[in-house]
Amino acid sequence: MDELDKKIVRAMQEDFPLVREPYKEIAREIGISEELLLERLKAFRQDGRIRKMGAVLQHRTAGFAANVLCAWEVPAERMDEIAAAMSRHPAVSHCYDRNVEPGWPYNLYTMIHGHSRPECEAIAQELGDACGVSKRAMLYSVKEWKKTSMKYFCE
Amino acid sequence: MLTAFDKKLLNLLQKQLPISPRPFADLAVQLDSDESTVLHRVMELKRDGYLRRVGPFFDSHRMGYKGTLVALRVKPEAMEQVAEAVNRYPGATHNYQREGEYNLWFTLLTPEDALCQRILAEIRALPGVEKMMNLVSRKKYKINVQFNLK
Repeated sequence: MDELDKKIVRAMQEDFPLVREPYKEIAREIGISEELLLERLKAFRQDGRIRKMGAVLQHRTAGFAANVLCAWEVPAERMDEIAAAMSRHPAVSHCYDRNVEPGWPYNLYTMIHGHSRPECEAIAQELGDACGVSKRAMLYSVKEWKKTSMKYFCE
Repeated sequence: MLTAFDKKLLNLLQKQLPISPRPFADLAVQLDSDESTVLHRVMELKRDGYLRRVGPFFDSHRMGYKGTLVALRVKPEAMEQVAEAVNRYPGATHNYQREGEYNLWFTLLTPEDALCQRILAEIRALPGVEKMMNLVSRKKYKINVQFNLK
């Protein structure tokens, strides 16, 4: 990441201009040509620095009123296989392997979205059954205190 | 209410906003529509709260940041103060009160491990914080928040 890359990231994490030529406007703010901005952004997407260029909906828009962070206890040697299988389910938005702690044996975390709690329960049951994993913790949210996109390079 | 056109637009927009001089014109071609119609509808959907964010989503690891999920057990009477103290860290991007033994869970992104450790020590020392787990992500298998509207 050179200085220009960082400048581009900082500019692109602000509100995206909803105009006919949004990249031209962003490029002007950064002080570079639109061609250079487009070139760098395409490279970012190509190499994975941008994992997605597009929109994220408010969950409620889609009627997904319930979500649960479901933590699983998975045998280490089956982690890749189980995580890949669970990731394929469209209701799973995030799937991470994490370290365990004393008294906390869960090592695989899936964020499951559903229209209701019973639906979340059913999806978790289905995922567990399909993978032969029965031990899980269902961490339902009670209150959202913060939900933002990360602002990089602003420390 | 979302129309059939809106749903097609939102499904498309969730997948990809083109990186091109006229991205909304490109989307319009795929929707059998025109640039003005698409652009105005996106503006309205944003205004009405259907869209959380439009733009690039960066890969934190490739940006040079490390992510962790932190679980706290907080005394109920201290919950609000602890939650607000966590919120003040820019790297704490998601912070949820949850059911269970550990009742406050947040994600933390930091460019340096020393900063992460300092923040965790500060939070652990807050009044009302009884226990803390630092659940570092070893591997990301999926991160894709996408809803197919039918």
